[in-house]
Amino acid sequence: MEKKIHTMSQHAYIFDAIRTPRGKGKRDGSLHEVKPTLLGAGLLKALQRRHQLDTARVDDVVMGCVTPIGEQGSDIAKSMVMYADWDESVPGVQLDRYCASGLEAVNIAAQKVASGWEDLVVAGGVEMMSRVPMGANGGAWSNDPEISIHTGFTPQGIGADTIATLEGWGREDIDRFALQSQQRAAAAQTAGYFDRSVIPVRDRNDIVILTRDEFIKPNTTLDALAGLKPSFANLGAMGFDDIVLKKYPQLAAIEHVHTPGNSSGIVDGASAVLIGSETAAKTNNLTPRARIVATAVTANDPTIMLTAPGPAAYKALAKAGLSVADIDLWEINEAFASVALRFMKDMGISADITNVNGGAIAMGHPLGATGAMILGILLDELERRDLKRGLVALCVGGGQGIATIIERV
Amino acid sequence: MNENLHGFNYQKDAQGIVTITMDLDGPVNAMNAQFRQAYAATVERLCEEPHLQGVIFASAKPTFFAGGDLKEMLTCQLGEENTYFEMVEQIKSYMRRVERLQVPVVAAINGSALGGGLELCLSCNYRIASHKPNTLIGLPEVSLGLLPGGGGVVRSIHLLGLQKALPLLLEGKRLRPNEALEVGFIDALVDSDSDLLDAAKDWIDNHPDGQWQQPWDRPKHRIPGGDIWHPTIQQTLAAAPAMLFQKTRGLLPAPERILSVAADVMAVDFDTAQRIESRAFASLVPTKEAKNLINGGFFQMNKINSGASRPRDIARRKIAKLGILGAGMMGQGIAYSAAAAGLTVILKDVTQEAADKGKAYSAMLMDKRIRRGRANEQDKADLLALITPTSEMADLAGCDLIIEAVFEDLDLKHRLLAEAEPLLAEHGVLASNTSTLPISLLAKAVTQPQRFIGIHFFSPVDKMPLIEIIRGEASDDMALALAFDFSQQIRKTPIVVNDSLGFFTSRVFSTYLDEAARMVLEGIDPLLIDNLGRHIGMPVGPLTVQDEVSQQLAVRIAETHKAMGVFGSKADTSANAELCSRMVNDFNRGGRHHGGGFFDYHAGHKSLWPGLREHFFNPCQEPLPEDIIERLLFRQVLESLRCLEEGVLSSVADGNVGSLLGIGAPTWTGGFIQMANTYSHGSFYGPAALAARCDELSKRYGERFIPPHILRQAAADNSVFN
Repeated sequence: MEKKIHTMSQHAYIFDAIRTPRGKGKRDGSLHEVKPTLLGAGLLKALQRRHQLDTARVDDVVMGCVTPIGEQGSDIAKSMVMYADWDESVPGVQLDRYCASGLEAVNIAAQKVASGWEDLVVAGGVEMMSRVPMGANGGAWSNDPEISIHTGFTPQGIGADTIATLEGWGREDIDRFALQSQQRAAAAQTAGYFDRSVIPVRDRNDIVILTRDEFIKPNTTLDALAGLKPSFANLGAMGFDDIVLKKYPQLAAIEHVHTPGNSSGIVDGASAVLIGSETAAKTNNLTPRARIVATAVTANDPTIMLTAPGPAAYKALAKAGLSVADIDLWEINEAFASVALRFMKDMGISADITNVNGGAIAMGHPLGATGAMILGILLDELERRDLKRGLVALCVGGGQGIATIIERV
Repeated sequence: MNENLHGFNYQKDAQGIVTITMDLDGPVNAMNAQFRQAYAATVERLCEEPHLQGVIFASAKPTFFAGGDLKEMLTCQLGEENTYFEMVEQIKSYMRRVERLQVPVVAAINGSALGGGLELCLSCNYRIASHKPNTLIGLPEVSLGLLPGGGGVVRSIHLLGLQKALPLLLEGKRLRPNEALEVGFIDALVDSDSDLLDAAKDWIDNHPDGQWQQPWDRPKHRIPGGDIWHPTIQQTLAAAPAMLFQKTRGLLPAPERILSVAADVMAVDFDTAQRIESRAFASLVPTKEAKNLINGGFFQMNKINSGASRPRDIARRKIAKLGILGAGMMGQGIAYSAAAAGLTVILKDVTQEAADKGKAYSAMLMDKRIRRGRANEQDKADLLALITPTSEMADLAGCDLIIEAVFEDLDLKHRLLAEAEPLLAEHGVLASNTSTLPISLLAKAVTQPQRFIGIHFFSPVDKMPLIEIIRGEASDDMALALAFDFSQQIRKTPIVVNDSLGFFTSRVFSTYLDEAARMVLEGIDPLLIDNLGRHIGMPVGPLTVQDEVSQQLAVRIAETHKAMGVFGSKADTSANAELCSRMVNDFNRGGRHHGGGFFDYHAGHKSLWPGLREHFFNPCQEPLPEDIIERLLFRQVLESLRCLEEGVLSSVADGNVGSLLGIGAPTWTGGFIQMANTYSHGSFYGPAALAARCDELSKRYGERFIPPHILRQAAADNSVFN
């Protein structure tokens, strides 16, 4: 009897990439009243509805979450699957690679499918920063003196300021980038570019709680941005600047240029991407929109922390046998303005094809969810412009970087 | 200055204190349309009031404030949640403005403040109540299938902490003023209503400098006992669902929703929690459970308790002396309940020894109460002094009411009734506690059948809240009124039914046992049948309850009815008669107290008698659980509707209340007839849905599920049973 052997190295296709609108991550934010599990489960139900999905065919649900304690603790991915009333056979796993978690979920899902070991996987993330505050889960790297001292830990905002200082970008350069993010996001939202993939959040009565990203400030001006106080000057003065300066002795001082206006916003949000094989496409009557060409993670100096997106992107390009010129559109997570500027410099790319619909400075960065969110934004924009390839990258805690290349099919 | 704002009397004194005396149209203040108008106008006015020093909310009614407008909520349909969400959000925004007026606001509580009434008080900075015995304070929404949507969940948790608030919210406890003071719902008590305003003004005078702020509006406010990050709170929230399920079996959404909101209160800020509470409230209003609990469990229960089934033009009477024939299980229970209500009781049995034993039952119950701290030795002595056990019929002389509670034997009953009748006091009434013999047949033994009536108690008498009064063909209004007054005197709820085989409760209940027996005979797993009976919310599985009643008794009743030529003339109980007969005659399984029935009984626990599976179980049967559930439920629903159709019941309320209190109809149904009003099946709703589903069941399981005419008619008219 002939045994059926799964073909290895099959394509991993993206069938859909949806997200919740991002709500202000404070107690007066619109999504504050939503439990994290329910926010994520709402997206799972939306995927099911949009594709008449037989959920029993889903092999796994992989969800990023960076603060997986309390309401987000104990494998929130499985909580979501169960609360969404998906088939009992569907498992779920929560992962944490800091800010890369949402994209890491996508990459792992792609690898599961590409290996031939699974056929249909949901990947994404959830982060309710208003309910489970950033940092609430502690961690040895930042909180244990022995490890902190040994590794030269500094908060990432200091790293972002260090990048700007090293590159000679002053406050105005940084603010200008932030202004552009706001303007682009506002224009894209007004033009309805996000409507296809942003799923309104509803309450138990089906009453809408939030329809669109609410963090965007369309009326931002350079003057207003210039008036904001630096966020990390006090932390730096406390001694963290000195830790950085030991590693970067060429600098006289760290210029603290990052403010709440040119750093990513604290928001609530969730994302979900449906990824699968060709077999899954046929069995479930799904239409592939793009394939995941290559993924990469890497790391460099953990103290400056935020410069690895470029190296990660090059690693992914090399794996795919592509060059920078083969990429039509780029997404770099706007954790801080200097991160995006540095990435464009490292890749030698123009702002005209990078973050063309704005980014996390305007819309916010729900830590564990962001990677899969900006992947979806990139895919929608590739389709809208009828372009072929895009690359998405994020800076990551511990000096890590992550990148994913997608190609429309 | 004195002004009326849509029913709120707005009065400002020289000192700058505004007293708002709520006096809405109608007998009580309630959160109805007029309230919304009055409250909004008042709050807007208060916000503009110059030189305001303080505010007092008072009531011109005997109750302070009655709560939500339940009649309005009964009309809410699925899809209309948004209306209720916005309505409560609006009221709550005004409440929020009241508690943050920047002057002290006091509630002067002169009478009951329940539900919305207490929520109104909780949005005042201070609460003073007059100490009156009949004042009730609490958040009983859960008992109506709702939750306190006017800030009650959020404020009680922020005020008392989760541990103290949860039981109040989940059980809907109605507290006396002193209890409300103890838990912290109110802050102070005064002796009488006339002291209320002075006390309120005193408090305002003594709190000029911001000391009146609500706890949750003070800086650094923490929920007492901790929030979601506190380990104890996490443990409480983890255990609460299981503890709740044990009580509700997952059949009641309201307490589950309360827990869910409570968890949110622990996780988010005060104002966000309030919005979450509003959404949860709105989601409950249109549910079938809320409608059933409000209509059957509340409106109709009140209707019955207020005497809707009692003849109107006969003066109320009190029984001074009660006679009981037979000191067995029922007789001794009746004696206890009557003595506990202060009646003088003559408890007669054949021998003095048997009568004494009957009285000893009351002593035993009082000992139990003493052990639980609910009574003392003096209470026991007082109660026992009221019961005179005797073997002499003559001791019954001068009783206002004599109830026979002897063995179900027609000749025996006839003889005793004839002997007892002449001993009655003038205008006295004779009654039978029979559950199986027609009242009109028993009446043949007496000379004045108009003074003879059925008063059917339920076992155990001291716990069961229902009395089923059975009007014989000849029973007159005076007898009925007396039976009704007696029932209320001993603090039980009386329903009134007409004389027909099995009356109402026994007849309907017999179908539950019969359908279970039918399924056993079909070969369905007996344990599944018994467990699913509990899953729908019946207090006990049908096979377990048959064991208690005893298979022997079922056989004997069937034989009696056959001898009388009435077997099967009303409810079809043929399957149960057949199964019980086989159990008794073939297997010697007469019931729990006859060495075992469907179950074997060992010290403290029971297990299925293996013979039941061996002789009846067919493992090839693959029954649908939803069919088993609805067969068990709908037999009783349809039989109740037949009782209504045949005039055994003269009102829907009697049927719903009787089934809830006497048969153990699941709380969520609001009674077996009310259930039909809110049942949904496919695209059908109400009686039409029930008829459609019963048509399916009748095709699959037999014609006993064919809808009776009264149901077909309601389905056709698109009407409900009310």
